[in-house]
Amino acid sequence: MTIHDITTSRRGFLAGAGLVIGVAIAPKFLSAAPTGVPAGGAAELKPMNAFVKIGTDDTVTVLSKHIEFGQGPFTGLATLVAEELDADWSQMRAVHSPTDNKIYANLAFGLQGTGGSSSIANAYEQMRKAGATARAMLIAAAAEEWSVPAAEITVEKGRLKHAGSSRESGFGAFADKAATQTVPQDPKLKDPKDFVLIGTDLPKLDTVGKTNGTAIFTLDITPEGLLTAIVAHPKHFGATVKSFDDSEARKVRGVVDVKQIPQGIAVYADNTFSALKGRDALKVEWDLAKAETRSSAELAAEYVRHFNEPGLEAANTGNVDEAFRQDGLQTVEAEIVFPFLAHAPMEPLDAVFIKATDGSVDIYNGAQFPGFDQQVAAEILKLDEAKVRVNTQLAGGSFGRKAQFGSPYMQEAAMVYAAVGGDRPLKHMWTREDDIQGGFYRPMYAHKMRGAIDAEGRITAWEQVIVGQSIMAKADLDSTSVEGASNLPYRIPNLKVTSHNVTLPIPPLWWRSVGHTHTGFAVETFVDELLARVGRDPVEGRLALLDKESRHAGVLRKAAEMADWGSTPPEGRARGVAVVESFGSFVAQVAEVSVGADGAPRVHKVWCAVDCGVAVNPNIIKAQMEGGIGYGLGAVLFDAITLGKGGRIMQSNFHDYRSIRINEMPDVAVEIIKSVESPTGVGEPGVPPVGPAVANAWRKLTNAPVRQLPIVSLISA
Amino acid sequence: MVTFTLNGKERSFDGDPDTPLLWVIRDFEKLTGTKYGCGVAQCGACTVHLDGMPRRSCITPIATIDGSDVVTIEGISGKEAQAVQTAWTGLDVPQCGYCQSGQIMSAVALLQMVPKPTDDEIDGAMTGNLCRCATYHRIRAAIHNAANSMEG
Ligand code: FES
Ligand code: FES
Repeated sequence: MTIHDITTSRRGFLAGAGLVIGVAIAPKFLSAAPTGVPAGGAAELKPMNAFVKIGTDDTVTVLSKHIEFGQGPFTGLATLVAEELDADWSQMRAVHSPTDNKIYANLAFGLQGTGGSSSIANAYEQMRKAGATARAMLIAAAAEEWSVPAAEITVEKGRLKHAGSSRESGFGAFADKAATQTVPQDPKLKDPKDFVLIGTDLPKLDTVGKTNGTAIFTLDITPEGLLTAIVAHPKHFGATVKSFDDSEARKVRGVVDVKQIPQGIAVYADNTFSALKGRDALKVEWDLAKAETRSSAELAAEYVRHFNEPGLEAANTGNVDEAFRQDGLQTVEAEIVFPFLAHAPMEPLDAVFIKATDGSVDIYNGAQFPGFDQQVAAEILKLDEAKVRVNTQLAGGSFGRKAQFGSPYMQEAAMVYAAVGGDRPLKHMWTREDDIQGGFYRPMYAHKMRGAIDAEGRITAWEQVIVGQSIMAKADLDSTSVEGASNLPYRIPNLKVTSHNVTLPIPPLWWRSVGHTHTGFAVETFVDELLARVGRDPVEGRLALLDKESRHAGVLRKAAEMADWGSTPPEGRARGVAVVESFGSFVAQVAEVSVGADGAPRVHKVWCAVDCGVAVNPNIIKAQMEGGIGYGLGAVLFDAITLGKGGRIMQSNFHDYRSIRINEMPDVAVEIIKSVESPTGVGEPGVPPVGPAVANAWRKLTNAPVRQLPIVSLISA
Repeated sequence: MVTFTLNGKERSFDGDPDTPLLWVIRDFEKLTGTKYGCGVAQCGACTVHLDGMPRRSCITPIATIDGSDVVTIEGISGKEAQAVQTAWTGLDVPQCGYCQSGQIMSAVALLQMVPKPTDDEIDGAMTGNLCRCATYHRIRAAIHNAANSMEG
């Protein structure tokens, strides 16, 4: 199961007409009170199925199988349920579902998990069915109670009505009775033209708690008797503890214990500050025998050496070698090196463990793959999986960081918990330094591009070589290394894309938009350069290489129109454009850029057009585009994790791993293409185009292509 | 022993005097709306009001605030606070939400000092508050909305 498999199987799933999407009946454990985000009042909640509970107070609580860390699944999934249930938006609530790899599987992955911008896509039909099922059960209950035919009962805005007998009721009065009705197997779903909630800007369900400090994140769980544990980690990847002296650490007021675990040295204390102070007081000697000791510059030099070796073939159409041998060609070459990037979610990784009286353990964490967390923790704690409950919490961002097969973070947290005995509740937290230096980065990549232009100014050949770590740890082709390049959208008769997998002790991971973080940049800056070489306009030139009817062309035309592309930009500014498809969604962006006072790019405005199929909640889609633009822009302008001489990680916190700030955020305008296609994701697709759009504008301003990232490194260099 | 008021209530602390205010608020007072994001005054997630001014509680040792008045997200009130929170919900500003207590504390302090801030004044007051979800575009709009709502 990979993000790639996720994407392809998602397509298969959406295309698979007649596929039956089961709505499981409520599992037994749902009779217990839900943990996580409180659903509201003290009313009794009656499960209609695994995803919908109706309260005697008329509330409808949706159990979200997807974690809410900002991309809006609570609101999105609740919208789908509410639509088919004919509920009123004000009665909707959402909580995280319990952990169950079957009932709460992401239908695109086959196990419970969030990622690949798949939440709405995989749940689109399933959640609508869950709502329709609950609606049918409420109607059946009302029909029984009122002794009228079910077919005569209507539902509107959360009210059940029988016109003939002038009877009317909210849902709550029938919650009990409805829960005992037979679950209909194939409830009829609405025709999209009858949607009243889907497609509207419904207020987000999690906003209020996030504006008054009441939203609870993992870090906020503070049971009585809590121990806080912080681990001293090495500053080199692959280093291990040689020896340590904890005598000073143990003297720190509040420090309770110190233990060695495979990942480092854990300090346990009665409060967070004592744990931090205790960790500072440790003396640890690290063994670098197996550590990465090369610097980023040395790694880059090794990467580019692969350019001329035969690689793994990702695309090969026409005959590139022959095309480059033609007479009268102009050849353009480019080499770009992409740095490691940390995700730096606002809430560093953390987890809370609480042992119940029966010896079972509750884990509270921002679980992106809760089933993996459960398996890993059960193994380490030597418990049955059934005795480990993973209670997914709101998380302060992820951007890919928490989506880890094998849950290495949970391994560390569970080992820390196990090492101290586990009788007191325990919070394991990473500091920002642990996060920035913790690896699982967007890997470093080197691209080599070669393009041929014939005498008539046509791009006849494109060759691209990509060198970097395989996120999926593959020996053969890793599609996440080449996605976006191997399926180049432009019609170029001779295309060859190859890749080389590099192995390093630095753990790699997907980072918001995965392969598109670098392929989108490489492809979209290079096509822009080739078009410039033949004097073609970046928009017109791209359109000429795309199918007129394609969704790529659709968003590109739209973004150009929004930006009034043909007009002259204000004095001192230039505009650049880029279009990237990722996770089934199409996004084009135009960036207007000038040279700032400090010599770095100043991005004034970004116009963004997105085609993500049916827009379930336009407001959330726009928010994701805005956020994706800020996230992508910050990285392209400022960010790199670098290994210095000897392999030491050079960055440690937000002062040297810069994040975009409000004064650097451009004005953003977003338009959504109207579509009847099944919805696709929006969490990631806003990210890839902004970097190349800015770089293309920068090339116009400075006459120099961006071949090195982040862009500020070009200025200070 | 350090004494201070926290959201209007008299509190005292007799633990390690180096303990940053952030951890006193979170670990000892169990008010968890104030967040940890960096610990080194780089992100603003821990912003509180100290004697009416925005302050990064992560670098404020408890010993230095004896006799001070501390207000956290749980305790803000007044017309600026209300205007800001209403504007925030009106635009659905938060994404993950983790930075938002700090953003709101900085925004409220700004409006208390400058009722109708310009974009530059917003930049000046809010630059210390990171949002990894990059909700900045809406933060700016919400501050303007809040300022406008207070005029009427
Ligand atoms: S936690 Fe205080 S500024 Fe980041
Ligand atoms: S809303 Fe996620 S960090 Fe600001």
